[in-house]
Amino acid sequence: MSALIVDIILWGSVAVLGVMVWQRGRTVLVASVREGTLDFVNIVPRIAIGVIGAGYIAAVIPSEVITGWLGADSGWLGVLMATVAGAATPGGPVIGFSLGAVAMKAGAGPPQVIAYVVAWALFAFQRLILWEIPFMPARFVWFRAAVSLPFPFVAAAIAMVIGKP
Amino acid sequence: MAELPLKDPAPADDAADTEPRPGRIRKPIGWSMIVIVVLVAVCVVLVWRRDGVDGVTEILFSDLELFGGILPRVLAGCLLGAFVAEILPHEKVSRALGPNSGLKGLLIGTAFGAILPGGPFTVYPVAAALLTVGADFGAAIAMVVSWTLIGYGRAIVWELPIMGTDFTLWRIVISLPLPILAGALGRFVYLRIYPKGAPP
Repeated sequence: MSALIVDIILWGSVAVLGVMVWQRGRTVLVASVREGTLDFVNIVPRIAIGVIGAGYIAAVIPSEVITGWLGADSGWLGVLMATVAGAATPGGPVIGFSLGAVAMKAGAGPPQVIAYVVAWALFAFQRLILWEIPFMPARFVWFRAAVSLPFPFVAAAIAMVIGKP
Repeated sequence: MAELPLKDPAPADDAADTEPRPGRIRKPIGWSMIVIVVLVAVCVVLVWRRDGVDGVTEILFSDLELFGGILPRVLAGCLLGAFVAEILPHEKVSRALGPNSGLKGLLIGTAFGAILPGGPFTVYPVAAALLTVGADFGAAIAMVVSWTLIGYGRAIVWELPIMGTDFTLWRIVISLPLPILAGALGRFVYLRIYPKGAPP
C-alpha cells in the first residue's frame, strides 16, 4: 500500500517535471529523456551487483551480532559501539529500525539508540553499496561519509543534554 | 557558519560554460565497484560453505525479485534527475547551491532533501544531477543527509510504526541541525583539501 503511494508520488513528479521540460520544446524533452535513459542503462549493472551482493553480505552478518554491540547505558563507549553497529547493519529500514526497537526494549540507553539510528541512516553499508556509489561520484560518497562521521556522536550528545521525552 | 569568501563575483564561469552541458562522466569500473565485487564474492563463498548451493540460489532468487521490483523506480529516478538538470539553469544552481552560496545554499539543500518524494532511487540521481549543474559538495551533502535524517518518507512508513511516535519525533528534532552542520563541515573541509576547485 505505502509502496503504491510512493510510486504514485514518484511517477507524478516525473510527469510534472516532464511537462515542464516539454514546455521548452519537444526536442528538449526528447534529449532529456534520452539522457535519463542512458543514465539508467549505465546504472543497471551497478545496481544489479549492489542488490544481489547485499543479500549475500547480509546473510554473513547475523543480527544478533548487531544487537550485541548496542550496550545498555554504556556511555560514550556505547555510543561508539552503536555507531559501528549502525554502519554494519545489513538490510533495509525494517531491520535497522527493528534492531533499534529491540535494543531499546532490552535496555539500551536512548542516546545510544539515537546514535545507532542516526549512524544507520548516515552510513549503513548496504545503502552506500547499493544506492550511493552507483549513482554518485565515488569521491563524493567517501567524502560525504567521512564528513558525516562526527554526527552520530553529536546526535547522542544532544540527546543526553535535552533528555528523553 | 555561513562562511562567505567575499571575493568579486566568482570568475567561475570559464570556457567550460560555453560548451553544452557536460554529460556525467562515469568510469565504467572504479575502485569502489571492484572492492564491492570482491567483498560480494567472498560472502558468496562463505554462504556456499555454510549453506551449500541451495543457500546461494535461494538468496540469488530473492535478490533478483527485489532487483526486478526496484528497476522501474530507478528509471523514474534517472528521468527525474535528467529533468531537474534540464529545468534548473546552471547559473541559478551555482548561485543558489554553489560553493559561495553560504548558509542559504545549505538551507535550500536541506529543504530539498526533506521534501523530495520517493526513496534512494530519487535522492541520489537528483543529487548527482545537481552536482553536475553547479551545486557544490556542501549543498549536496546537506541534501543527502537531510533526506536520510529528516525526510518524511522513511520516517512515516518505517520509523513511526516500529519505533513509536515519541521516539521518532524526538529523533527528528535532534536531527534537524545535522544536515546543515554536515554541509557546512563538508564545505569547510572541501575548501581546505581542494583550494583551487575540484580536480578532474
